[in-house]
Amino acid sequence: MEALLQNLLNGIAAGSIYALIALGYTMVYGILKLINFAHGDIFMLGSFTGYYAGRWVTGKNPGETPGLASAALVMLIAMLVCGLFGYLNERIAYRPLRNAPRIASLITAIGVSFFLEYGGQMVFGPDPKFFPTLVEKKIINFGVVTTTNYQLIVLAVALVFMGLLQFIVYGTKFGRAMRAVSFNYETASLMGIPTDRVISTTFVIGSMLAAVAGILYGLSYPKIDPLMGIMPGLKAFVAAVLGGIGNVPGAVVGGLIIGIVESFVGGSSWSNYRDAIAFIILIAILLFRPAGLFGKYQPEKV
Amino acid sequence: MQKNVLIVVATFSLLLMGCPPKTETGGAAGGGGGEVLVGEYGSLTGSEATFGQSTHNGIMMAVDEVNAAGGVGGRRIKVLTEDDQSKAEEAANVVTKLISQNNVVAVLGEVASSNSLAAAPIAQSNKIPMITPSSTNPSVTEKGDYIFRMCFLDSYQGEAMANYLTKDLKIKTAGLLIDVKSDYSTGLAQFFEKAFLAGGGRIVGRQSYAKGDNDFKSQLTALRSSNPQILYVPGYYNDIGQIAIQARDLGMKQPLVGGDGWESPKLIEIGGKALEGCFYSNHYFAGDPAPSVKNFVDQYKERYGQTPDALAALGYDAAKVLADAIKRAGKTDGPALRDAIASTKGFSGVTGSITLGPDRNPVGKKLVIVEVRNGQLALKGSVDAAGDSTSAAAPAAAPAATTTTTTTGTTGS
Repeated sequence: MEALLQNLLNGIAAGSIYALIALGYTMVYGILKLINFAHGDIFMLGSFTGYYAGRWVTGKNPGETPGLASAALVMLIAMLVCGLFGYLNERIAYRPLRNAPRIASLITAIGVSFFLEYGGQMVFGPDPKFFPTLVEKKIINFGVVTTTNYQLIVLAVALVFMGLLQFIVYGTKFGRAMRAVSFNYETASLMGIPTDRVISTTFVIGSMLAAVAGILYGLSYPKIDPLMGIMPGLKAFVAAVLGGIGNVPGAVVGGLIIGIVESFVGGSSWSNYRDAIAFIILIAILLFRPAGLFGKYQPEKV
Repeated sequence: MQKNVLIVVATFSLLLMGCPPKTETGGAAGGGGGEVLVGEYGSLTGSEATFGQSTHNGIMMAVDEVNAAGGVGGRRIKVLTEDDQSKAEEAANVVTKLISQNNVVAVLGEVASSNSLAAAPIAQSNKIPMITPSSTNPSVTEKGDYIFRMCFLDSYQGEAMANYLTKDLKIKTAGLLIDVKSDYSTGLAQFFEKAFLAGGGRIVGRQSYAKGDNDFKSQLTALRSSNPQILYVPGYYNDIGQIAIQARDLGMKQPLVGGDGWESPKLIEIGGKALEGCFYSNHYFAGDPAPSVKNFVDQYKERYGQTPDALAALGYDAAKVLADAIKRAGKTDGPALRDAIASTKGFSGVTGSITLGPDRNPVGKKLVIVEVRNGQLALKGSVDAAGDSTSAAAPAAAPAATTTTTTTGTTGS
């Protein structure tokens, strides 16, 4: 029972980070039908921006732990930097290929991913770095379950940003434009929607969410390196597909499922197969629901 | 379309034609003339990057010293370094390149046993001697008679730690957390377990992870419920810090115990306070007052601005032993050089006197137990060369703790 609750809690904390990354995949897919493989590396970039910004913040008052306000500042800087990268990524790498076959954009995405990974190794150095302590860590006991204020911060921040995204997509004029472009790109542009701007903004929002995930990840698992985005990126992609790619609540649910399942598998005697099981679940769900849990199945017209 | 194919074929053949001359120039330099080419492969980038960088620093320092003293038989040693990105498959690639394209006379590397195991068969089949400075998995030198090593084996390391725990610290129960992706970790855990059980201890929990994981909380939660006195975690430094932090987050207070894979300036930087009181077995201790060690540490600090870790010391010794063997052999063909290395006897190195046994492993190397104390490394105990008796530094000998190494934070390197 004790282990069950503990694993559930750890799984939700890990899952909410996956969910934030998955949102970026799902938004871009929804609007462009493009799997942006570089998204996991934007997440890495968020962590590294947080690393440098965090060192700057901690450097101002050495000996003190910065606290929540500084952590928010660090997060804001990371969001701006990643948003800019997301914009440039779309503007330079994907927009010129808008009318090219989809496979060309896909391969470009893989190229951008490699560029960021190995460029990161060149710029940041290949060795792992220690993410600075932005908030003092406190251990909290809830009866049999032990948690830290970090896990609670992760949950709270993830919830806030998911809510914000939900509001943007369903409650604003821009969100309506986004959904229109996602529904039909050509018709939307005929209706006077500035499709290029909408797509750019979608990339910026997705990348900012990745930056948030990067900071939360850095807080929870303070060892960061330029290749750190690969595995979480892949798992978040699985989460997005699991929930129904293109579907915002689906990405959140998918992320939580992956996080919780991993946590339970990791604590069992099957822990060697933790990564494999995430993918087995994906295959199983797609066998029964090819469009994912929340996706609508639309046979492609040829 | 056909034209395109032709162009592609033509380009490729040009590329292919471009290659051989390069190999020949490499061959000329390796065979006769001015320089002796030695290959080095290591994890200069990737997850175990500090291993490769430290080893590289040690090797370069040794080779520069040899060259400054007139080289080997009047010829300078030139080291060609290749990065294997901490990946076994890359290690096999770069060693093939060093041997077949650069025609090196010998190969130095690696630290991680998985990478050495990937490269060893290539060196063996080409009859090029390979010296691994610090791979501790026994099977590395079992790959063939051209493969040598400079450090003690996991069988020795695991047993020494198990004996130290059961006899000196009276520890009865241990939990194991093993990196299943690493030959080093699984091997060391096996030897530890065998000796720990033989010493009357019990393994109460066993969990595994895979290199590259960042979340160990589920495994630790499972281990927590069996409440062992210590956690034996024979992994590499980059995972240890995280494991320690997450264990403390879950309220676990047991010390973590490990092997030489912990050795890195990054260990404490990542793990911080969570590692306080944790300890591991190692090849040497930089605060050792012995003149051979002190000399090496001083020179290394002057040259690189940081305290050398055990991997730097072993890299240094490996290069020195190789240079000595080239000198004694008088020639650089594989079999002659192999015989010269094999007959290394009583060579005085930084990590102790090196004599290679018939199994191409050094005999009777000492082992130290290093503890994280007040955010620095301190000597906790040592095991003498006989290997069967464990002599802990008694609390009275604690003043030895003044000889703590400062772990220089080499951030941004």
